[in-house]
Amino acid sequence: MKRLLNSLKLMLGLAPTRPAKETWTQQAKEMHAYKKSAEQVAVRREAIKEELAAGHSSKKWKIRRWISIITINLLFVVSYHFDVQLVEGALTASRFVGFHMADLNSALQVTLAYKHMVVNLVIGTVTVFLLWWALGGRTFCSWVCPYHLVSELGEMLHLKLVKMGLVKDHPLDRRLRTVLYVIFALLAFITGYTVFETINPVGILSRAFTYGASLALLWIGVLFLVEVFYSRRFWCRYACPIGLTYGFVGSISPVHINYNLENCLHEGECRKVCLVPHVLEITKMGYADDVKIQVGADCTRCGMCVDVCPTQALTFKVKGLDGML
Amino acid sequence: MTKKVKRNPNSPASKRARREFLRAAVAGAGVTGVALAGWFPVSSHADTRLRPPGAIAEKEYLASCIKCGQCVQVCPVEALVLADAPDGFGLGAPYVNAREQACDFSCDAVQCVLACPTGALSHDIDKKEQVKMGKAKLVRPDACLARQNKGFTGQARGADFEGLHRYTEVDRWTPIKVADYDYDLEICDLCVRECPIKDAIELAPMENGPGKTPVIKEACVGCGMCEMICPVEPACIEMEVNPMGSSA
Repeated sequence: MKRLLNSLKLMLGLAPTRPAKETWTQQAKEMHAYKKSAEQVAVRREAIKEELAAGHSSKKWKIRRWISIITINLLFVVSYHFDVQLVEGALTASRFVGFHMADLNSALQVTLAYKHMVVNLVIGTVTVFLLWWALGGRTFCSWVCPYHLVSELGEMLHLKLVKMGLVKDHPLDRRLRTVLYVIFALLAFITGYTVFETINPVGILSRAFTYGASLALLWIGVLFLVEVFYSRRFWCRYACPIGLTYGFVGSISPVHINYNLENCLHEGECRKVCLVPHVLEITKMGYADDVKIQVGADCTRCGMCVDVCPTQALTFKVKGLDGML
Repeated sequence: MTKKVKRNPNSPASKRARREFLRAAVAGAGVTGVALAGWFPVSSHADTRLRPPGAIAEKEYLASCIKCGQCVQVCPVEALVLADAPDGFGLGAPYVNAREQACDFSCDAVQCVLACPTGALSHDIDKKEQVKMGKAKLVRPDACLARQNKGFTGQARGADFEGLHRYTEVDRWTPIKVADYDYDLEICDLCVRECPIKDAIELAPMENGPGKTPVIKEACVGCGMCEMICPVEPACIEMEVNPMGSSA
């Protein structure tokens, strides 16, 4: 329970904290003591040297994820243009073989603005809620959201430019997203307009794919430029209320990234690739209060850390289905 | 669990935190500002869009529409178009551009209403006669061919017009291009002839002169068919939007 609360606090933008030694589990205490022995430090140092020399870079999960994003978004387009009627609508709301689905954040905005929910919307919202609870909440972000793909390309460019010394990342206060979440909820409720939908990149992109290009794509362009030249992953990290909605939904999901303290070299390669590195604070030496920890609610289950980890200290895990993945 | 560490306000960490806070404040104001800019279009030219059949009153319509376009997908004549960024808060909400493509109820019911997942198109409507999108209005009477007692021959809107209409005698089920249909009329009665609603419009004799004038009646639902088919450029007849929508 305490861990869940901490994971939510972290998601809302509070700074990660180092758990006091007294709160560590007995196993964690022993493991940390063992890892601090001169012999183990030497072993790790050697392993890290090897890792960095080898340049470990699996793309397994990234490729799977890209296929997922492209396939799902393409299904909408194909369904409409070839009249297959598989997934009709856009990511804000759709029918999957006739069954209602509604994006949880869009449904929330509509409900706050309209102050009324028709049965179809309730069905769509409950279905999608259960779906993303089961699959891990922010899994939506990295496995479905079309803006995520745009943003990943932006990040690649950004990192290239950073390496060349042409741009610098400008981090923002992470509490911004929580503030924006509250602002947009209040705006919808007070004005009676779905204000956020005007700048919702998921809706804008999803509609553009199916119904054709729109001027609203200029906004996507602005976000992209900000992310390339100013602040790495600006929208997904610091702004998007959709991410927060799904983060809450997936906070107690069976699907998660599992951290295994024993295997960890603490060299921090995972935090460098992570969209939400604060959830991987536990991988710093002395930050894990247990030997096995479920990575927090803000994690998008993108698998970048799994791909980059040379020792399988970070792995996908489904509660109740041990050893099947 | 954690000890509060008092930071020196001039330490690098405090300075960094201040910068991050400042950037977040600017970015937050920017994002909120861009979103709120969407208010100007809805406040300045409100109620000018012809909304789909079954649309509830404009304000509630924009609140309840989830901007998914499922209504667009079921329309056999593709009469529904999603609004773009210049519509502000209306971005992604469907409307009908009657002159380009009117709703001619080719779907035989109100498919768009059935498709709507949020009730922005009211499920209280199940017949085309219950729709209240607006009312047709003869806005340029002097240009009307019927009033000048003129006939009409050829394609109603020319060979390049993309609009679709269901001509029951050509194909009961599939709408065809208006450009693929040739008319030969002694007196132009296109607005009356193609109207999908019974007793919504008729040609009445004029007091002075041999011509006839279109008279719009109570049954008119504002689907825009007459506006689309009017062969005069610009159309003599246009839709007057009903901001209260079909639920009122």
